[in-house]
Amino acid sequence: MTVMNRKRKKQIVNDFQTKMDYDELLNCMRCGFCLPSCPTYIETDGNEAASPRGRIALMKAVVDGKMEPDKDFEDQLSLCLGCRACEPACPSGVKYGHLLEEARDILESKKKHSPPVKLLRRVVFDQLFPHQNRMRKLSGLMWFYQKSGIQKVARATNMTKIAGKNMSTMEKVLPPIPSPARLKNRPSFVKAEGAVKKKVAFFSGCLMDTMFMQTNDATLYLLKKANCEVVIPQTQNCCGALHAHSGEKDTAKELAKKNIEAFEDGEFDYIISNAGGCGALLVEYDHLLKDESEWKERAQAFSNKVRDITEILYEVGLPDMELNSQIVTYQDSCHLRNVMRTAAAPRKLLQLIKGVSYMEMKDADQCCGSAGTYNIIEQEMSMQILDHKMRNVESTKAATIVTANPGCLLQMKLGIEREGKKDNMRAVHIVDLLAEAVRKKEEEKQTV
Amino acid sequence: MLKKKVKKKLEKIVGSENFLDSQQDLIVYSYDATPDYQAIPDAVIKPKDTQDVSEIVKVCNEYKVPIVPRGSATNLCAGTTPLEGGLVMVFNHMKDILEIDEENLTVTVQPGLITLDMIKAVEEKGLFYPPDPSSMKISTIAGNINECSGGLRGLKYGVTRDYVIGLEFVMPNGDVVKTGGKLAKDVAGYDLTRLMVGSEGTLGIITEATLKLIPIPETKKTMLALYDSLEAAGNTVSKIISNRIIPATLEFLDQPTIQVVEDFAKIGLPTEAGAILLIEQDGPAEVVERDIERMAEICNETGALSVQVAATPEEGESLTSARRSALSALARLKPTTILEDATVPRSKIAEMVREIETIAERNNVRICTFGHAGDGNLHPTCMTDARDKEEMHRVETAFEEIFAKAIELGGTITGEHGVGVMKSPYLSWKVGEAGVDAMYGIKQAFDPNNIMNPGKIFAKDTRKRVVVQQ
Ligand SMILES: Cc1cc2nc3c(=O)[nH]c(=O)nc-3n(C[C@H](O)[C@H](O)[C@H](O)COP(=O)(O)OP(=O)(O)OC[C@H]3O[C@@H](n4cnc5c(N)ncnc54)[C@H](O)[C@@H]3O)c2cc1C
Ligand code: SF4
Ligand code: SF4
Repeated sequence: MTVMNRKRKKQIVNDFQTKMDYDELLNCMRCGFCLPSCPTYIETDGNEAASPRGRIALMKAVVDGKMEPDKDFEDQLSLCLGCRACEPACPSGVKYGHLLEEARDILESKKKHSPPVKLLRRVVFDQLFPHQNRMRKLSGLMWFYQKSGIQKVARATNMTKIAGKNMSTMEKVLPPIPSPARLKNRPSFVKAEGAVKKKVAFFSGCLMDTMFMQTNDATLYLLKKANCEVVIPQTQNCCGALHAHSGEKDTAKELAKKNIEAFEDGEFDYIISNAGGCGALLVEYDHLLKDESEWKERAQAFSNKVRDITEILYEVGLPDMELNSQIVTYQDSCHLRNVMRTAAAPRKLLQLIKGVSYMEMKDADQCCGSAGTYNIIEQEMSMQILDHKMRNVESTKAATIVTANPGCLLQMKLGIEREGKKDNMRAVHIVDLLAEAVRKKEEEKQTV
Repeated sequence: MLKKKVKKKLEKIVGSENFLDSQQDLIVYSYDATPDYQAIPDAVIKPKDTQDVSEIVKVCNEYKVPIVPRGSATNLCAGTTPLEGGLVMVFNHMKDILEIDEENLTVTVQPGLITLDMIKAVEEKGLFYPPDPSSMKISTIAGNINECSGGLRGLKYGVTRDYVIGLEFVMPNGDVVKTGGKLAKDVAGYDLTRLMVGSEGTLGIITEATLKLIPIPETKKTMLALYDSLEAAGNTVSKIISNRIIPATLEFLDQPTIQVVEDFAKIGLPTEAGAILLIEQDGPAEVVERDIERMAEICNETGALSVQVAATPEEGESLTSARRSALSALARLKPTTILEDATVPRSKIAEMVREIETIAERNNVRICTFGHAGDGNLHPTCMTDARDKEEMHRVETAFEEIFAKAIELGGTITGEHGVGVMKSPYLSWKVGEAGVDAMYGIKQAFDPNNIMNPGKIFAKDTRKRVVVQQ
């Protein structure tokens, strides 16, 4: 347990008073309309403290000096998935995600980590993720999850919990890691197959371009098939989402600036992302850099161009697609849906595939419990949410669960593994499935 | 602070996991949807059943600990703000549908059930529960009963009161009382069911309710009429009613409200219009068709700029759900949003609207108005900032003048949101001193120790009646 000493508490209160956006806190009129959409409120059987309205009230109480920031408070903010399902539900337009991020940043920066944890955090957040070449060298996704383990130490300083029960199952669901040679040879330009319909730039993402390289390849393949010309700026970096959500805002800002620079020149209409988690931060670079006057406009220009891959593919159109007859269901990526507000395009694309019968699952818009590193940090709640999710998947009788974000993909795979359904169910990233369907149709044409 | 002994006794009844008193728990049960009200309770308690409730109440009555029953805390009258501390009682463990009786057309439920969950469950069986407050996706049945909530369908179908036919409640001394039942008729003694409806948690704790259902209407049509002013819309309302048509829904929004609702819902509302009327009729297809046609004519006759009938039920639904978001959407404009629900006889709508505009101007405050035009229930909503004391003072004056005018026109200070703390200083304006005395007599008979939701309905002092300068 983190024991908060007096000095730290005072510092936190002080930072809350100077840094939290009080107008935004007041903007919550406590109508409660967001409650039914909050997974932690539902899973705790209606505990107000675990609801968006409750968490906002807690933050406000700290600012107002009505409450000392204590361990309960930290835990409650940690229990929040950051899924932001409360935002589209809120008629007052409260930017809950921004409030949460600021609060977590304050708590994190005022936290005294033990020397080894501090060292590890620095290695991961400063030395590893910001450097694409180092990421490439990093073989084995376990590392990524060990990092989450470190976070666990950081949050709870409780060594025993690090080796969570999921770790071994998690290992089983990791994708095969591409060979170092392949990792090095990433393309910087892809020509459209026919006459160019759109010029786009591709945000490849640090994890996506390493552990999920196959998905990135599929993305480029689909863009090419859709007659998009693609540039992949080589100086781009990790998006910074992991940092922004872990209270490492300064590093996130640095990364954002590098990316803005990397994408500033060049003629293209859109910046394409294929991971909801990254895309959601990219579209909010303008918010991230709102206090830096020389960056505000540049960030705005960048953010305005960001689109999810499914939006573009649906807009420009794909060649005919076909798959063996199967039931397919879709699990929303929270950040894709709630922040980028992309929900229809992936569903429509899936329904275009011949052979696919699309079944919408109950509560598809609710978080799967993956939420970045949440499934390690808040394992119990994450698994409770996942188990409910799997019930809903099962009632669609789907053989394929489609997601649009790597974290969700792993979580769904974990769900399948936990249920012992590996033999008759699979989880795939939407672009992998679309690419499979385009290829299949093409092969068929060739054999005819 | 609760005495150690009291805490022990309460924990023994519900188990320590259902008795909360950490700093965090007290903060999150210290407020409701009423702006600028907050008070910290001593503890929060979650009973499992009626027996628990009764035992808790007995302990509280013995030690004179206030009890504030709380649903989802969406009320707008500070009704669940624990002004005098004590216990906040929440019904998370009591939210089941106990029975849907398809022969008697009733549903029996526990207090913590979410209104919309109940509505969906009965609709699956082809039955209909009309009261649909805008907050229904999160409000609870007991909250609805205790505020006697209304909704968009109130004009034709009435309000919560018209559907509550049986109750089980725990008296402040711990006795369990059952009233009414699955009965269309029942005159055995005083009508305690009606007394409990709208009692705002001040007389007892509702632990079970039996509600009346009706068959679901076969069809429904929605239409939208545009005006250049609210007054013109008001004329349409009067004319529709005087033509003996009772639509299911007759709602209006003024221009600023249309703007913010559109910003939230993005369904293509005409943001340039001065006012809109949202009209809905349900029932057998031919009746709906005929009424909608006739009402469209009336709209045109009374100066509507355009009239548009929703092509599909989905389109209609998106219009009504956008209307439901009006209040919260208005909250975007300024840090503090204060909403009132002065109500006047239908025929006085246009006059009242005009008066609200003058009052706002005179006091230099910003007031948007929307509401249930059909039943004269207006929601003048003031966008302000609670930190600005001087402006808050003007807001208060403006609302006082609105209340006074509403009463002058034969109306009331609150149509559906309840008195709570917010309107307690004005209660006597509406019901008179004798009225307040009669109510207080009932309160004392039920709750001599004043433990049930103290500080609500009955004010410490009554406001001096303002005189509206013309
Ligand atoms: C955005 C918004 C829109 C709204 N729209 C409408 C509308 O269209 N129409 C309308 O009428 N109201 C409306 N309201 C007001 C409010 O939602 C209703 O009054 C609602 O019925 C309250 O339900 P609740 O569960 O939140 O109750 P709460 O606010 O928790 O409680 C309301 C009252 O009921 C008492 N209570 C709760 N449970 C019990 C119990 N078991 N036994 C005894 N007393 C109990 C409480 O003490 C309190 O006095 C709106 C509110 C908001 C914020
Ligand atoms: S971000 Fe998700 S978990 Fe957190 S409060 Fe909002 S809805 Fe709940
Ligand atoms: S919906 Fe928005 S305004 Fe209402 S309680 Fe939730 S965050 Fe606050």
